[in-house]
Amino acid sequence: MADEFEPKIVAFLCKWCSSAGSDLAGVSRMQYPPNVIPITVMCSGSMSPLYILSAFKKGADGVLVSGCHPGDCHYIKGNFYARRRIALVKKLLEFIGLEPQRFQMSWVSAAEGTKYTQIIKDFVEELKPIGPQTKLRRSS
Amino acid sequence: MKRTGVFVCHCGINIAGTVDVKKVAKELSRHPGVAHAEEYVYMCSDPGQNLITEAIKEKKLDNVVVACCSPTLHETTFRNTSKEAGLNEFQCEIANIREQCSWVHKDMEKATRKAIKITKSAVERVRRNESLEPISIPVTRRALVIGGGIAGIQSALDLANSGYEVVLVERSPSIGGHMIQLSETFPTLDCSQCILTPKMVEVSKHPKIKLLTYSEVQEISGYVGNFKVKILKKPTYVDPDKCTLCDECTKVCPVVVSNEFDIGLTGRRAIYIPFPQAIPATYTLDIKSCPGLLPIACGKCADVCEPEAIDYDMKPDIIEEDIGAIIVATGYDLYDKGLMAEYGYGKYLDVLDGLQFERLCSASGPTQGKIIRPSDHKEPKEVVFIQCVGSRDPELHCAYCSKICCMYTAKHAMLYKHHVPDGQAYIFYIDIRSGGKGYEEFVQRAVEEDGVLYLRGKVSKIFEDKGKIKVWGVDTLTGKDIEIDADMVVLATAMRPSQGAGELAKKLKIAMDKDGFLSEAHPKLRPVESVTPGMFLAGAAQAPKDIPEAVAQASGAAAKAVAILSQERLFHAPTVAQVNLNLCTGCGMCVEVCPYVSLSLKDGKVEVNEVLCEGCGTCSATCLRAAIQVKNLTPLQVHEMIDASLGGR
Ligand SMILES: Cc1cc2nc3c(=O)[nH]c(=O)nc-3n(C[C@H](O)[C@H](O)[C@H](O)COP(=O)(O)OP(=O)(O)OC[C@H]3O[C@@H](n4cnc5c(N)ncnc54)[C@H](O)[C@@H]3O)c2cc1C
Ligand code: SF4
Ligand code: SF4
Ligand code: FES
Repeated sequence: MADEFEPKIVAFLCKWCSSAGSDLAGVSRMQYPPNVIPITVMCSGSMSPLYILSAFKKGADGVLVSGCHPGDCHYIKGNFYARRRIALVKKLLEFIGLEPQRFQMSWVSAAEGTKYTQIIKDFVEELKPIGPQTKLRRSS
Repeated sequence: MKRTGVFVCHCGINIAGTVDVKKVAKELSRHPGVAHAEEYVYMCSDPGQNLITEAIKEKKLDNVVVACCSPTLHETTFRNTSKEAGLNEFQCEIANIREQCSWVHKDMEKATRKAIKITKSAVERVRRNESLEPISIPVTRRALVIGGGIAGIQSALDLANSGYEVVLVERSPSIGGHMIQLSETFPTLDCSQCILTPKMVEVSKHPKIKLLTYSEVQEISGYVGNFKVKILKKPTYVDPDKCTLCDECTKVCPVVVSNEFDIGLTGRRAIYIPFPQAIPATYTLDIKSCPGLLPIACGKCADVCEPEAIDYDMKPDIIEEDIGAIIVATGYDLYDKGLMAEYGYGKYLDVLDGLQFERLCSASGPTQGKIIRPSDHKEPKEVVFIQCVGSRDPELHCAYCSKICCMYTAKHAMLYKHHVPDGQAYIFYIDIRSGGKGYEEFVQRAVEEDGVLYLRGKVSKIFEDKGKIKVWGVDTLTGKDIEIDADMVVLATAMRPSQGAGELAKKLKIAMDKDGFLSEAHPKLRPVESVTPGMFLAGAAQAPKDIPEAVAQASGAAAKAVAILSQERLFHAPTVAQVNLNLCTGCGMCVEVCPYVSLSLKDGKVEVNEVLCEGCGTCSATCLRAAIQVKNLTPLQVHEMIDASLGGR
């Protein structure tokens, strides 16, 4: 058990929905694995593809971007831009040869603590069998 | 290097139970740039805050990170604490190690490691925060209310009585909305017009209210406290100041069209007054049905108008107003009749909708309150009322509950029995929803005093047969088939957002929910605000609701607007976009994506309107040259946070 692979995940959560949803998971004392370090951004629309590449370069085994449900973005339409941009990043990462499971996008509202919990649980489970990410990791 | 202080809160055992707070503080004290780190049982308590202020002064800290609960809870507390100690409020950041860490994990070692990373990430961020002051903007102390139903009327009166000028824009020729069409209102059965008309008169007489009827908002720009609104006032072709309400014109007008006030139960002329108590009290020439303004085409009305009030040359007027806050109260419409063919609506004359039935019951209605069949003017002896027509039907119609139909159907059945004591009223229902003061008692009264027969079930078929309307259905309680030979059927059709509400919402840039109702900023805590600062919602435009709820929300919205209008200046978060002019090539990609239209190109470079910018960062993710970024969450800061999160630092 001790040396079971523990994936390192960075989760970019928009402040208004997904970060609030993850707060709700906390308030409701739901439990999920501690592999994820959350970074709150203002809106999923502010997610530059470079952030995602940077996380992989710095050794992330998985990256999650989570925003408000389409149509519910606090900034009206930021997540529509995010959706388009992120679809491109996904293609790019697959083109480079990164396992598609390593990069995920989800919609989690402020009320969806349960959904956030489940997403993290599933993400960690999916990453365990594929092992560490080496494709983009900066060799140092 | 800047000197950072780190303060780790135990939150009793809420954090300390799962996270080794001592270890977090110790680990952070070794982090580059951290000049001081300590932990304490309750950082938010007075002694906890004192600890922070003292450390800031004694250790000469440039900025602080408090590792505690979610920033939604105590960010303001600790930013104020930092301010008291002489720091700029933006020199304080929160590391959320409770909701996002201690509460969701059990393994102490792992949770501690995670808490350390979260805290380091906040340290990396705060180090590069700029000291910022809130942006201050002046306020135009006038309000705009869109929609003159009961909700809009209430908001306008509340605002005007608080001393603020109000522009009330109503698109039809009179204010009053749907409430003026109702006969009596549940649960008290008081006369709707009797309680509404005094308010309408108050609006028309109020020195602070500028009433623009037959008008629509055409364009809107600006931002909270400083909107610029263009309103299109359509020509009525009748000068209200000259019109003496003699009614001579309608007597000669040869055109008869369906009367929208009676929902087609009667006709009206091309020149008309919507109803006797209309405000403003004047006639309107409906240009769409008038054969033409040229005397050769008709011109009869102008011939008989003694005071020469009819002016065929009247032109549309564009009125521009400066406004500080906006209330949207555009109300509802009933579900599109064309979509309800399965119930025989529009096919059989004696199948009515709820508002038509209100007109039939109304003392001022087409029959002076006598309930008769539109087809043969006979008194109906068996009437079937059907609830949830188009509501709660996610497959074919609206998924939501229209909320008021249970109550008004009980009212309709009662009113019917009061008019036709020897008749029988049947109500098909799915459930009865009568939450509200006196509402359940009202429904009980319908059953006990007026012998209304409630049938739980759905109607399967409605068709005409030998002068009767046959209603087939199933009673789901007994499982028995039901067949009623009805004389009249009344459908409680779903409430929809009023026609055109979507286009208006787009102009105002306020969001709509999946059903097209206007979205409130938070379903529980901000029910009268839209997500756009300075714009508020009232009445059925936000969701189906009855009069008391519409009025309560309208007063709430007015109070929220007053909170803006009563200020000399407003403050706006300074964490806005910033352009690096050396890098910007003026490609304009960011201008396209900004949801708040805060960017524009000037001399080949992009310029930020700091008052409009909400700091969402969409522009910065779009810019290929990293020329635009949001203050205090810059790409550099995010990269450093990523690094810290992955244990790179
Ligand atoms: C059959 C029936 C019976 C009812 N009986 C009762 C009852 O007994 N008791 C009770 O409490 N409630 C009752 N109600 C509910 C009641 O009608 C509503 O709660 C109330 O009318 C809502 O008021 P409002 O101002 O939000 O909307 P509305 O009354 O719909 O008013 C909206 C106004 O805005 C105007 N408008 C719309 N769009 C624009 C635009 N773009 N620009 C400018 N103006 C615009 C419209 O012309 C209208 O004047 C009943 C409803 C129905 C259908
Ligand atoms: S996208 Fe970047 S380069 Fe283009 S105009 Fe905006 S800031 Fe300038
Ligand atoms: S941060 Fe958002 S609101 Fe501000 S200019 Fe950029 S896109 Fe517009
Ligand atoms: S604020 Fe949540 S996605 Fe835009």
